[in-house]
Amino acid sequence: MPPLDDYFQLAPEILAGLFGVLVMLAEPFVSREHKGWLARVGVLGAAMSLAAVTLPALYPGKAFSGLILVDGVSVGMRVLIYGVALLVMLASYEYLQRDHLPLGEYYALVLFGAVGMGVMASANELITVFIGLEISSISTYILAGYRRDVLRSNEAAMKYFLLGSFATAFFLYGVAMVYGATGTTWLDALRPKIAAADSLLVTLGLGLMFVGLAFKIATVPFQVWTPDVYEGAPSPVTALLSTGPKAAAVAVALRVFFTAFPDLGDTWHHIFYFSAILTMFVGNLAALVQTSVKRLLAYSSIAHVGYILVAFAAGNELGIAAILFYLFAYAMMKLGAFTIVAHLGGAGEQRVGINDYAGLGWQQPAVGFCLSLYLLSLLGLPLTAGFVGKIYLLDAALKSDLVWLAVLMVINTLISAYYYLRVIRMMYFSEPLKEWPAVPVPMAVGAVLLVTAAGILYLGVFPTRLMDWAAQAALSLR
Amino acid sequence: MGNYLLTVITFLPAVASLGLLVMRREDHIWIRRFALTAALADFALSLLLLPGFSSNYAGYQMVERREWISSPPIAYHLGVDGISLFLVLLTTFLTPIALLASWKSIEKHVREFFLMLLVLETGMIGVFLALDLFLFFVFWEVMLVPMYFLIGVWGHERRVYAAIKFVLFTMAGSVLMLVAILWLYNLTGTFDLTTIQALLHSGMRPLNETTELLLFGAFFLAFAIKVPLFPLHTWLPDAHVEAPTAGSVILAGILLKMGTYGLLRFCLPLFPQAAKTLAPYIVVLAIIGILYGALVAMVQPDLKKLIAYSSVSHLGFVVLGIFAFNAISIQGAIYQMLNHGVSTGALFLVAGMLYDRRHTHMISEFGGLATPMPTLSAFFLYICLSSLGLPMLNGFVGEFLILAGTFQRNHTWAAFAAVGVILSAVYLLWAYQRAFFGGVTHEKNRELPDASARERIILITMAVVILWMGIASPMFTSRMSAATNNLLQQIEPAGPINAAAPGGVPVASKVLLPGGRAVALPATGSTGAR
Repeated sequence: MPPLDDYFQLAPEILAGLFGVLVMLAEPFVSREHKGWLARVGVLGAAMSLAAVTLPALYPGKAFSGLILVDGVSVGMRVLIYGVALLVMLASYEYLQRDHLPLGEYYALVLFGAVGMGVMASANELITVFIGLEISSISTYILAGYRRDVLRSNEAAMKYFLLGSFATAFFLYGVAMVYGATGTTWLDALRPKIAAADSLLVTLGLGLMFVGLAFKIATVPFQVWTPDVYEGAPSPVTALLSTGPKAAAVAVALRVFFTAFPDLGDTWHHIFYFSAILTMFVGNLAALVQTSVKRLLAYSSIAHVGYILVAFAAGNELGIAAILFYLFAYAMMKLGAFTIVAHLGGAGEQRVGINDYAGLGWQQPAVGFCLSLYLLSLLGLPLTAGFVGKIYLLDAALKSDLVWLAVLMVINTLISAYYYLRVIRMMYFSEPLKEWPAVPVPMAVGAVLLVTAAGILYLGVFPTRLMDWAAQAALSLR
Repeated sequence: MGNYLLTVITFLPAVASLGLLVMRREDHIWIRRFALTAALADFALSLLLLPGFSSNYAGYQMVERREWISSPPIAYHLGVDGISLFLVLLTTFLTPIALLASWKSIEKHVREFFLMLLVLETGMIGVFLALDLFLFFVFWEVMLVPMYFLIGVWGHERRVYAAIKFVLFTMAGSVLMLVAILWLYNLTGTFDLTTIQALLHSGMRPLNETTELLLFGAFFLAFAIKVPLFPLHTWLPDAHVEAPTAGSVILAGILLKMGTYGLLRFCLPLFPQAAKTLAPYIVVLAIIGILYGALVAMVQPDLKKLIAYSSVSHLGFVVLGIFAFNAISIQGAIYQMLNHGVSTGALFLVAGMLYDRRHTHMISEFGGLATPMPTLSAFFLYICLSSLGLPMLNGFVGEFLILAGTFQRNHTWAAFAAVGVILSAVYLLWAYQRAFFGGVTHEKNRELPDASARERIILITMAVVILWMGIASPMFTSRMSAATNNLLQQIEPAGPINAAAPGGVPVASKVLLPGGRAVALPATGSTGAR
């Protein structure tokens, strides 16, 4: 029986899991007109889990014989993950009601998914990482196909499931090889053992783990599933998919590549270098020609992963801090943007084309303002979180003398300006369409927009506090 | 308030724009009045800069400095010197004029239009006052958003294309400048302009030649696009033609100056060696721009396009003056920046007044307009004359100083550039003749109303400033000279090329202007006349 403190360090996961089970078990017993309560309980669960992150923050250290490591990264990423879960839940209610989708399972699955991501972000051991990965993946596979009558949603779920299974299998295989070569799966114990281990086996194992994680965070050439899945999944689920699991997988990648295998040498540097370039260009160039806002945002997420990889290639402490900072900025922009896509989509998500957003800025000024803010932040205009995040990433690249990579990154920013501004242009430079009347914003959606927009502006003007945390957390990885 | 004057001037418009948000959308009259009051108040406040400004001090004055972001160390650092002083005044002066010019012509989304103009004003003033590279970049980029909307929402037929072209061109330059700024930060450990300058000059953080050229190139590209320097000017005619009148006035009057200001503030003092190496090439581009802009302006059927190309030509003069590295020519360049802001701004205002009446900019649609509207045509002629550099009016002072300074440096450059002065007379007067003289060629034009009271206020204000800048130039140049000399010292530590030999009589300290007025040239403190 582990000591009580250990449970404190997993308090958010335990709470989220309990609430998920509660919602799921209560679902059959709640009458049709009271199903809304399931959503409220789910939201309460996420909110309490978010609040419960203070417990591990107060008791940093290892737990459960060292399987769980509570450090700055773990605490920060869990704030992000449960925050995302909470906001996604708030954003989903309107959507689920409008499309007559069952509420109970949805909220339970989001909570379970968050549990998995939380475990990933805190795991200090590769099998534990894998367990977290599976918990979160399986929940999100189901969520991607949540519109079960819609072909595209089914396709998305199937694709996500098949490719995701391959990815986790790759990851597990890699873990096995690393274990075979070094005799350990502890992330913090790997480092001294690498030198003595069979280098081929280690490289292979690390390569397979990289492929598994690369699938999850969608770097080129492992990004092919992303646009289809993001497009087919219900928009609030897309909001979750593009933020939470990515943050968790990036956290794992940080631990693997900076804690366990810090001395990788040039080969891995080159892999990150070229992945970054490819991912940025593929994402941005493909986004240029999209006609659906949802797909455009999907490709833009790929591009943003490319920006994060720039800091991986830089490989310095500032780069790690920049990545952590960027994950927060990115989560808020993407979450807000997809929330608006979900809100405007209408029953069956009919309204997702860029042209359908004509005149939105005049028709619904608040929604138009928020979407413009998200897009400008994604583009990286000053006074937004996206800009500050990009500055940190660029700075990290320049610290490692990767001037050309930095130049390529800003060239990509320039390319992305075209398609982000295309949406804004549609919203403001055209007259509203008659077929799409203004949609009143429910309070829950309004709250999500307010929180994300305020967060983006706050981080854009006062980034110091979050960055100080990120710099501290980056040190803890080493 | 004394210590916060710059902050107040910078942010008053933005704060006022928040005030607009709480006003009712339909309340057009009060929205206009409120916005105009805010802009005028800002102008009044900016006039307070003049008594507080010391002409003898070359460094930054009224400096405000506060920590903003701790890591990387970014400060909120504002200050004004002889180079930026009048550009700030130009901004606060032209904004209320632009507001007034949009009084009637903007009918849709009135509240948002004035809001954007005020936000834009904050961005522009911020660009001129920021002394921290990061802060400068923030203002520089943020300003794109209101301008994008001004062109895209309230522009003419091809506004969408022009708006996106404007943003993409500007960003193409500025993203590389961002990398350069961060690179400089990595080399020096600070974003503070004065500190970086000191570190680079003292040799504590020397740049090798390639690095300096690359950094110079990145900054230069951003500014050259903004100026715009030939061959990077192609966004300008589109943006000018499609923008609403106020947008054109601001664009020509102030935004283009941000490019030349950037050259003076950053390119020259930070990278003097690279600037000197590349100066001959840049000068050639500037001269091509002067001639090309003028020749293309000559054949434009569209009045606004004509004025746009004339800007390419005039700004070529400014760049020439800057890169001639001469105390007189640089002062002339700054003066010409102000002149161009006033004169070309005024030209766009008149073009906008014509557009309000006829909804076209085509010169062929006009003809004989002097008959129905004598007042407007008289003012237009006056503005044309100022733009083409008639002595007594403002344009002459700037062009003369630039040419005089350039001539001391290189005769050929000055000779070629002087042709541009002649050409500008050709295209402006020819266009004026086609539009205003002769019989009325279109029946529609016979009944056009002459300038309204509001338009007269605008035109008289502009006319007074034009005349005043033409005859009272020492008032301006005396405040600039300390800063320009200081700038030259930084480029040529051995002493400005044509400045006074130590203790000797200055080569040119005063230039006599028509009317017996004298312009004080480099602040060598001498009273010797030429």
